[in-house]
Amino acid sequence: MKNKTNVLPREGEAQPSRCPDNTAFKQQRLPAWKPQLTIASVLSSFFLTGAFCLTVGVCLVLSANSVREIQIDYSDKCSDCSKLRENSSNWNKECHCSVNFTLKENILGDVFMYYGLQNFYQNHRRYVISRSDAQLLGRNVNIQRSYCAPFSTYRNGTPMAPCGAIANSIFNDTINLFYNHNSSVIQVPLLKTGNSWWTDKNVKFRNPESYNLSSAFAGTARPPYWQKPVYLLDEEDERNNGYLNDDFIIWMRVSAFATFRNLYRRVRRVRHFTEGLPAGNYTFHISYNFPVTRFKGRKHVILSTVVWSGGSNPFLGIAYLVSGTAATLTGFVITGIHLKLRKKKTYFQRR
Amino acid sequence: MGVTGRCVVEEERRVRANAREYNEKFQYASNCIKTSKYNIVTFLPVNLFEQFQEVANTYFLFLLILQLIPQISSLSWFTTIVPLVLVLTITAVKDATDDYFRHKSDNQVNNRQSQVLIGGVLQQEQWMNVRVGDIIKLENNQFVAADLLLLSSSEPHGLCYIETAELDGETNMKVRQAIPVTAELGDTSQLARFDGEVVCEPPNNKLDKFGGTLYWKESKYPLSNQNMLLRGCVLRNTEWCFGLVIFAGPDTKLMQNSGRTKFKRTSIDRLMNTLVLWIFGFLVCMGVILAIGNAIWEHEVGVCFQIYLPWDEGVHSAFFSGFLSFWSYIIILNTVVPISLYVSVEVIRLGHSYFINWDKKMYCAKRRTPAEARTTTLNEELGQVEYIFSDKTGTLTQNIMVFSKCSVNGHSYGDVQDMLGHKAELGERPEPVDFSFNPLADPRFQFWDPSLLEAVKLGDLHVHEFFRLLSLCHTVMSEEKSEGELLYKAQSPDEGALVTAARNFGFVFRSRTPKTITVHELGQAITYQLLAILDFNNIRKRMSVIVRSPEGKIRLYCKGADTILLERLHPLNQDLSSITTDHLNEYAGEGLRTLVLAYKDLEESYYKDWSERLHRVGSAPEAREDHLARLYDEVEHDMMLLGATAIEDKLQQGVPETIAILTLANIKIWVLTGDKQETAVNIGYSCKMLTDDMTEVFVVTGHTVLEVREELRKAREKMMDASHSVCNGFYQEKLSSKLTSVLEAIAGEYALVINGHSLAHALEADMEVEFLETACACKAVICCRVTPLQKAQVVELVKKYKKAVTLAIGDGANDVSMIKTAHIGVGISGQEGIQAVLASDYSFSQFKFLQRLLLVHGRWSYLRMCKFLCYFFYKNFAFTMVHFWFGFFCGFSAQTVYDQYFITLYNIVYTSLPVLAMGVFDQDVPEQRSMEYPKLYEPGQLNLLFNKREFFICIAQGIYTSILMFFIPYGVFADATRDDGAQLADYQSFAVTVATSLVIVVSVQIGLDTGFWTAINHFFIWGSLAAYFAILFTMHSDGLFRMFPHQFRFVGNAQNTLAQPTVWLTIALTAVVCIVPVVAFRFLKLDLKPELSDTVRYTQLVRKKQKTQHRCMRHAGRVGSRRSGYAFSHQEGFGELIMSGKNMRLSSLALSSFAPRPSTSWIDTLRKKKGCEGSSAGSPSGAADKTLRV
Repeated sequence: MKNKTNVLPREGEAQPSRCPDNTAFKQQRLPAWKPQLTIASVLSSFFLTGAFCLTVGVCLVLSANSVREIQIDYSDKCSDCSKLRENSSNWNKECHCSVNFTLKENILGDVFMYYGLQNFYQNHRRYVISRSDAQLLGRNVNIQRSYCAPFSTYRNGTPMAPCGAIANSIFNDTINLFYNHNSSVIQVPLLKTGNSWWTDKNVKFRNPESYNLSSAFAGTARPPYWQKPVYLLDEEDERNNGYLNDDFIIWMRVSAFATFRNLYRRVRRVRHFTEGLPAGNYTFHISYNFPVTRFKGRKHVILSTVVWSGGSNPFLGIAYLVSGTAATLTGFVITGIHLKLRKKKTYFQRR
Repeated sequence: MGVTGRCVVEEERRVRANAREYNEKFQYASNCIKTSKYNIVTFLPVNLFEQFQEVANTYFLFLLILQLIPQISSLSWFTTIVPLVLVLTITAVKDATDDYFRHKSDNQVNNRQSQVLIGGVLQQEQWMNVRVGDIIKLENNQFVAADLLLLSSSEPHGLCYIETAELDGETNMKVRQAIPVTAELGDTSQLARFDGEVVCEPPNNKLDKFGGTLYWKESKYPLSNQNMLLRGCVLRNTEWCFGLVIFAGPDTKLMQNSGRTKFKRTSIDRLMNTLVLWIFGFLVCMGVILAIGNAIWEHEVGVCFQIYLPWDEGVHSAFFSGFLSFWSYIIILNTVVPISLYVSVEVIRLGHSYFINWDKKMYCAKRRTPAEARTTTLNEELGQVEYIFSDKTGTLTQNIMVFSKCSVNGHSYGDVQDMLGHKAELGERPEPVDFSFNPLADPRFQFWDPSLLEAVKLGDLHVHEFFRLLSLCHTVMSEEKSEGELLYKAQSPDEGALVTAARNFGFVFRSRTPKTITVHELGQAITYQLLAILDFNNIRKRMSVIVRSPEGKIRLYCKGADTILLERLHPLNQDLSSITTDHLNEYAGEGLRTLVLAYKDLEESYYKDWSERLHRVGSAPEAREDHLARLYDEVEHDMMLLGATAIEDKLQQGVPETIAILTLANIKIWVLTGDKQETAVNIGYSCKMLTDDMTEVFVVTGHTVLEVREELRKAREKMMDASHSVCNGFYQEKLSSKLTSVLEAIAGEYALVINGHSLAHALEADMEVEFLETACACKAVICCRVTPLQKAQVVELVKKYKKAVTLAIGDGANDVSMIKTAHIGVGISGQEGIQAVLASDYSFSQFKFLQRLLLVHGRWSYLRMCKFLCYFFYKNFAFTMVHFWFGFFCGFSAQTVYDQYFITLYNIVYTSLPVLAMGVFDQDVPEQRSMEYPKLYEPGQLNLLFNKREFFICIAQGIYTSILMFFIPYGVFADATRDDGAQLADYQSFAVTVATSLVIVVSVQIGLDTGFWTAINHFFIWGSLAAYFAILFTMHSDGLFRMFPHQFRFVGNAQNTLAQPTVWLTIALTAVVCIVPVVAFRFLKLDLKPELSDTVRYTQLVRKKQKTQHRCMRHAGRVGSRRSGYAFSHQEGFGELIMSGKNMRLSSLALSSFAPRPSTSWIDTLRKKKGCEGSSAGSPSGAADKTLRV
């Protein structure tokens, strides 16, 4: 016995150098959760998913239905103007047109005014990259090295501010809304600021620093398609001018698809319009500057309210309803198949 | 290796001894062996060059170059270079470590010391400095450093003994002899003057052939293989010898035989490469479609849109724009073949290798060797093995022969008994028999049945005669270093075991001279006069000695194969013979190697006559063999049966069980051995490869092409006939069309035994298919007496025609070529050498670990790798195809859907770790179950878990996901607005929404795929999601934007977009729609068509104890048919050597003057005690009694 007790530990000491450690990790014995698809878990997940989707779907459909929306395509209604704009030499000629429409019932709540464009490929790769974020941040950068070309500098070397295809192609129609109330025409008060993302307005865009805006943009020129330089975008409001102009900021946030709508104005809820837009006749007065016929595009002006799920968008609600139904049905089908084949299965197990 | 490098093919080799300058003219390879690839300087360029030979890496380099062209660069350059650099670095580090270890092992071999005769003085030199033409001195038990011409040795007549186990796997000792003229050169001064020149054949791989001539002192001496010592051999029982280096380093026969190192790829690798090519084709197709789309779009729409977006400089036509967009799309769609695939695969394999290295259950405590995965790239192939090629000696067997049982005069000894005399079960062994009475006993010998020793002590005459025979009838040489310390040099371990047994039981073979044998019989030295040795050969399957006892009686002792010997017994032996036969059956059933012992008394006159005739025949030159055989035959007749011995060729632990389980797992096991047919077949039986239930065991031993063909044809016919009778000619129609399938569907169990000669013919080009078909139809195949190269050829043959994964396992240098050829090579790290281990992909010390390696590690590896690949392709298709769909909405402009950082990080950060964790840790069933249900191994062999079909399913799932991933957000975003009235469908919000839902969907999917959620899986899956959001918010943060406004354009996007309920509802809907159908399909598949593993899991779940139905291991105790195994792995001609006295040292010859007749008083007293029971037993040894009584 003595010998044994003496010898064994010594062997034990010599061993560890080569003997693998007996740890759960190294021996692949880590404790683990082993989920399995059992009939109970699968069926419950299907019915729960189904119920969830159906509930969400119903909510979405209901709320989407409560959205009021008016969409007016004015690209044809102002055909004279569009013809005029087809010839780019007329760029400085003004052209106005008006579009009438009637609201049969009141639109209550916040009303948003959008312009919509169709077939305008803001998501084209070359278009998307054609901007200089550093320039828009008010930095003095060499835009020649950005992707702004060919809208970066004029031949004489004057840089464009802002540069790039996006800025150059800004939507420059002016749309005003008038309410024909008892034969008097009231201009609907519209808010032109506060429409863009806070981060865009406060982080992403900055005017170059100087004692005033025009001197800040000294040495630069407006993009070729612009009628006025960037520091005159909004002469009334200093904080909505230059790169900080809301319309500009919104335009610069390019859309994902060729058909899109951008927020243009919000109805200011004062006087007649504290509840929203009352029923009646309205007129859009449009200063038509943005040519779309060249690329077979269309322009819309849209008035809409919003709910918690956003504007009118039936797709999501319907999609939820469909997938909820599908999940529930699949649950029943699986139950059916399982019950039908249970006999076989127990046989298999017993064997 | 080095040979291929030389441009001039060597036609003959001229080597002059002690003339380095002369030999240097020929620029023979030096003895330095180099298996490493790089050194410090060449590492970077060579390694990079090698890495860029990989198609994948070149492809990514090409992409990188594309991305640097501004017109087409749709992605920043870093999306490719970051992963590429990562990949190259990881691979380079791995290669560097591998090569470091190769350097180390090369150095170890190259720096072995040997004594070289330089300038007349023996100097210690490293192996690598040994040159062709040097004379080197070897000492006992040293490895031979190069292929040497034996010049002289310490033994008389220039003999020396070598063990060639490293070389050809034969474990018996071999004799080599120097040519007489050089044998006299005993000391260094003589050798230093030796200036003979050898002209011989160029380096080749034939181990048993050597042809050359020695020119010395104006005469020619022919040289043969008999004069050569080959590298890899070990010098045994020879104090020293001198040799002239003929071939060195890569030219040695050992190295020539080791085959070329090939880079092994797994079948998954090959499949993966094919699939990557297909994907590449698919990518080009997508590129072409989108390029055409682009051309049309630019032609129809883009032209009109030019006022806002003019074409780039240099682009003048829609067609050219389409061409550019093709390349742009190739860049953004390249993520279908992500570079991280290759790295991840390597990482997973590395993980699996570590698990193998760490496995405590594959650690051999006795030898202190853990299992080692030496190649880290083959793991999943371990789960697909269909053929195992195993060496025998050292792999299946321990190469230890143990005298296990015997039958003497109808009484069987050797069963292990417990106190009460019952047969004891294994494991509860009592103390072994105590041999302390015998000072000459070998302490290592163990025997468990005390009754045999009692019988000896009681003086049972039969038992005495039995052991006397064992101590006399053999060709063992003895060496007595000091008094009582006997060493036997047995030519075969069997003989050694028998003589050792006799020694321990009191019949100690002490010494021999050409004419005498001295035996200590129970303490008394008795010298027998050795009259003749009737040597063993393959046909005779027996050997005899004729001795004259001190009393003058002439007796013939014979031992041999039972089939042969039982026919040659005297009719008187009938009863005994039948009892002994029963015993033999019993022994054979236990897989023991049996021998029958018999003796015969010869009349003086008869012997005289016979020996005269023998002498005459011996001197007659023609037909000597035939005459001798006839004479031997004549005298070995009417013998008296003494009994039988049973030797256990000790199997490695757990071999039969392992083979049984592997067989149940549908793995076919072929034994390829250099050993003899009988031995091999015996082992086949004892490890249950061959069983008595087998319908038939075909033995192919033909010597000519025709014979072999005929034998193979007959075997096939028999198998066909059997299956016909079973199937009523069902196969008749198919027969002509598809022979192979018919043979594989054969009903009975067959086995094939083929020997080296026949195999050589069978492997010829016109017969190999025939041979393969026959062999593959058999459940077990044993090839015996095969050369190392033939082993490789057999493996190659199966690889070539069967498209199956092969595994070769062996322990010796003779297995190296086979190990290198097979898909997977496994080396047994035994006591003998490490060549096999060095050449192997996996090594461990016990054959039984193979089942764990294959059924547990291999199976899991395969499963994990398949799951990994499926998921990987899925996630990348889901990720990339979104770009394709988006192409139709963005004017085919190659605009990406996601942020470029997301594209860079998706594969290396967001989705890599969860799938890696699954690839490393996943388990479908616990390891015990894989052993209990070997059938679980089958999916791997049939390639069920990842094949082209599975691949397409994954791809389809990926594409399905990508469609939903794009079109659901599209539907939602098309003309929706946010809850604050602002625009929702801006590009950046869309990108964030799609990316987030993609990350969530693939995370849910990996959660679904992961069957084994360890803490690590949890951490990685949740961590990846967390990392995604953390990185997302960081990238979209103000600070980063202010620093790099051009790089981080998505500023503020995450907080704005992800604050929208609509966005989250979109993400949720996408996830539900992507995952729910998958769950439904998975469950239905599980419910309707469960795999075995599913069932095992299920039963595990409900904790139903199921009996291990699949195991049908039979335990010991079956009745086996008798197999005659003349167990000697023995060479002919050894008897002659002994009789000639050539191998006797002069000293021992001098000692062996006839000893005076010993007094047998000790034995007499013993006998008297027993009275005359001995003779009254009516035994055949009545005569023996008389001879013994003085």
